[in-house]
Amino acid sequence: MTATTQAGDGTFGRFGGRMMPEALMAALDELTVAWQDAMADPAFTGEFERMLREYAGTPSLLYDATKLSELAGARILLKREDLNHTGAHKIRNVLGQALLTKRMGKTRVIAETGAGQHGVATATAAAYLGLDCVVYMGEVDTERQALNVARMQLLGAEVIAVKSGSRTLKDAINEAIRDWVATVDHTAYVFGTAAGPHPFPSLVKSFCRGIGDEARAQCLELTGALPDAVTACVGGGSNAIGLFAGFVDDPSVRLVGFEAGGEGFPGPRHAATISAGEYGVLHGARTFVLQDDDGQTVESHSISAGLDYPGVGPEHAFLAESGRGEYRPVTDAEAMDAFALLSRTEGIIPAIESAHAVAGTLALAKEVPGSTLLVNLSGRGDKDMGTAVEYFGLGKADQ
Amino acid sequence: MSHSTTRAFDQARAEGRAALVGYLPAGFPDVAGGIDAIKVMVENGCDAIEVGLPYSDPVMDGPTIQAAAQQALEQGVRTRDVLRTVEAVAATGAPTLVMTYWNPVERYGVDRFAADLASAGGAGLITPDLVPDEATGWIAAADAHDLDKVFLVSPSSTDARLAMTTAACRGFVYATAVMGVTGARESTSELAAPLVERTKKVTDLPVAVGLGVSNGDQAAEVARHADGVIVGSAFVRVLLDAPDRTTGLEALADLTRDLADGVRRA
Repeated sequence: MTATTQAGDGTFGRFGGRMMPEALMAALDELTVAWQDAMADPAFTGEFERMLREYAGTPSLLYDATKLSELAGARILLKREDLNHTGAHKIRNVLGQALLTKRMGKTRVIAETGAGQHGVATATAAAYLGLDCVVYMGEVDTERQALNVARMQLLGAEVIAVKSGSRTLKDAINEAIRDWVATVDHTAYVFGTAAGPHPFPSLVKSFCRGIGDEARAQCLELTGALPDAVTACVGGGSNAIGLFAGFVDDPSVRLVGFEAGGEGFPGPRHAATISAGEYGVLHGARTFVLQDDDGQTVESHSISAGLDYPGVGPEHAFLAESGRGEYRPVTDAEAMDAFALLSRTEGIIPAIESAHAVAGTLALAKEVPGSTLLVNLSGRGDKDMGTAVEYFGLGKADQ
Repeated sequence: MSHSTTRAFDQARAEGRAALVGYLPAGFPDVAGGIDAIKVMVENGCDAIEVGLPYSDPVMDGPTIQAAAQQALEQGVRTRDVLRTVEAVAATGAPTLVMTYWNPVERYGVDRFAADLASAGGAGLITPDLVPDEATGWIAAADAHDLDKVFLVSPSSTDARLAMTTAACRGFVYATAVMGVTGARESTSELAAPLVERTKKVTDLPVAVGLGVSNGDQAAEVARHADGVIVGSAFVRVLLDAPDRTTGLEALADLTRDLADGVRRA
């Protein structure tokens, strides 16, 4: 029995479950059975592994970041998920879910997206496997991320701007759920993170756990030992839970997640859901939620769109409460410093999401000098150039 | 005296007709205006009332109810305003339920909400995103405070889930007639009648049909097989479309009478 073993109903202690309309219960049951059946079928897992290897480019490298390590005073290893096809760990999740969709005989996938990364990944998997694809994206985000809208369209997906609520990621999820309630007989909802109703938190973990399994073997081979800690950024938490899955049964390895501290935690503008610690319900699960005194969801804030979400996966909430996992806020400014530092020292431009993990790990290194810290570099920073130009005042060549 | 919705269904049945259940969110267009509007619905023929608790993430609602809920939230409506609305509406004698997504109740405190709802004269709760599987706390609180527990059944519900869900209900069973969110529709759903039939096989509770009914003719059609007809978006729509409050209340009265006539024509 491991710390994260869940009950058959998809609960993790007091977190998780299925806080969803009755109309979706049959579909969630169908999905649970199909997923469990697929994971036990070598034909499915073999095909999934082949796609990851031949199409997505995994296993991703484990890189010994010696120059960063020197600055940090600890040995820092980077799990290079940024090198995957489409630029992040997310390709693992969408290939798994799209393959499962085909196995279930469904022809259409829908997805929500914030900045557009999950939308682009889903559109990619849909193109690769020949599925119809509709992506819901908050109107505010379609304006901020017009290039990603274009990428999805180029890949053959229809992108729908969501104009309700705060017109951002959480409203895109609401709209995707509304679509799914009406189309569930032929449509699969490719959920973008390890949150939502059962089976999504566990299903997404099962497709992302290659990150942790690969990293564990690679670390043993490279260093001859397990790391002292593994670290990742946490928005909904798919890259972190994928990494942690490989190490949760190693009691000597600390699991450390870094949330978006935004303009400062505590404070009014952040996305540090676990750090804030308010128990509630959002998008189908009992978890920690940014909310007001009446239980209305509060808008989150982060410089990184991928972490800008007022909820978090229920297994992370459980890991935090049980003490097996540690979760800390990292501010926008700390993340942007790390973004620049990693670019300069190692020649690797990370996603701003992943820069939160780098920043948090540099702080952790000061607490445990000489330790080995394995960071999931979950995505690359190409998509963040607009933000970087603005933040650092870049983009004008010397005359 | 119990405030249960059963009273309204019993009375309608005694008159040989279906009950008309009307929905409006609290605080729309504002708290006092919402109370006035619901009283108009009661005076013109609604047998029972659902007061919606406006919520930031209403996944079961279409654009019409979303717009009203958002307007209410932007005006600063609070959970206590919902209870205040219930108290005012229940004073008319019409059984008054709250329809709410789950997080606001959890946040308020499940037992505390049940106690305050009961002392406001409320009949119980309709819970669109809480299935009985997840409702242990609510079921205990509802039973302790003598409140109705109205869970939803759907065309996609298996027979086993229909049996389990209806066994957990008190007051009535809410049958969602379509696979989709709230909102007026051109024609009534062909999924409603078979769902009512399947539901009635496993329960003696009244079965009311919601989602999509917007006029007397549709109400009459639904009332042929259901014990109750639930209307929400159509009421919200007339208020959203009205140029001013007086006109809105007149249109609301007209629509209520049309629907009340419909459930008597079946």
